[in-house]
Amino acid sequence: MTETQTRAASWHETVLAGLKNNNVKLVTYVPDRVLTPLIKALHDDPFFTVFACTREEEAIGIVTGAWMGGLHGAVLMQTSGFATLPNALASLVVPSQIPALIFVSERGTLGEFNLGQAMVCKTMRPVLDALGMESHTITRQDELAFIIDRSIKQAVATQAPVTFILSPLLTGGKVFEA
Amino acid sequence: MTAKQTGAIGAHNAKVMNRFELTKRLVGRLKRDEAVIGGIGNNNFDLWASGQRPQNFYMLGSMGLTIPIAFGVAIAQPQRHVVALEGDGSLLMELSCLSTVAMQAPKNLTIVVWDNGIYQITGGQPTASAAAADLVAIARGSGIANSAWAADEDDFDRLFAAALKGGPSLIAVRIDNKPGVGTTDRDPVQIRTRFMQGLGVKR
Repeated sequence: MTETQTRAASWHETVLAGLKNNNVKLVTYVPDRVLTPLIKALHDDPFFTVFACTREEEAIGIVTGAWMGGLHGAVLMQTSGFATLPNALASLVVPSQIPALIFVSERGTLGEFNLGQAMVCKTMRPVLDALGMESHTITRQDELAFIIDRSIKQAVATQAPVTFILSPLLTGGKVFEA
Repeated sequence: MTAKQTGAIGAHNAKVMNRFELTKRLVGRLKRDEAVIGGIGNNNFDLWASGQRPQNFYMLGSMGLTIPIAFGVAIAQPQRHVVALEGDGSLLMELSCLSTVAMQAPKNLTIVVWDNGIYQITGGQPTASAAAADLVAIARGSGIANSAWAADEDDFDRLFAAALKGGPSLIAVRIDNKPGVGTTDRDPVQIRTRFMQGLGVKR
């Protein structure tokens, strides 16, 4: 067996596999330090069409158009980026019933060193709740594959977006280096 | 070469045309079930009034996202040409999407910008393009080399025919401030469903 088969999968390998197993071929993102290994692995896998966008709402607009054209996509961002999205979610994704897959690398908690990140983090769940959007905060590797696989299937079946909040408990987060 | 042949006509030289007339003209030249994304406000009102093709998508909110939506459709369906109809105010809100389009260089994407120099639907306040910003220069600077002002209706036809052969392209059109002719039926699910049927994605 190869090394990848014998050792436990890392969170980013599990996310990538979850997308692939559900035929999610398009990934748009705004870069994030914690997401870097996932972004690199997506770029290295020819199964995916993956590129950076300048803004999170642009990334979600592209994924919306792609869904209508028959291609399922996911968007990657960090917490502060999510805070730029409410209008695009409220006026496009939710009312048009687009099963957008939104992955948020969670900053602002569990060791945050930037007050702005800590503040903006507090806006994320209230926005998701106000829009009635399904979301999961994922803290454990052993639950990750199940949550992603089932939630992607639910998003498609119910024609509704879903947000995966990747907790520092799962990813390690961004560590303050004094 | 004349200025027109080199695509060097500026906004100030371009004839002021009418959005509804140009929208009808544009739609009339679509022969291969091309997708058209109508941006927020009067853009999609005029697209609606031009006849409700199943390959039309009418954007009801999300100002600034016309081009990203069109780009997404273009990625999903590389054999189909996609046209984004955007306004000057909306484009100015999301200018950076031009550089993303330029980076990815989709061959099947054409951007048409209707520029009347005002935020028409909110009361006619001036946009930056009225006095300062040249949207074609911005598009070129963003990396969409094939960007031009349409000098007049015939020039628009020529530019649009060329754009349909390969993109990405941006055509900017000076327009008057006449309001949109129709009013889009604001039913997002119906708009999305019809569009997906028109693209052959949904039965």
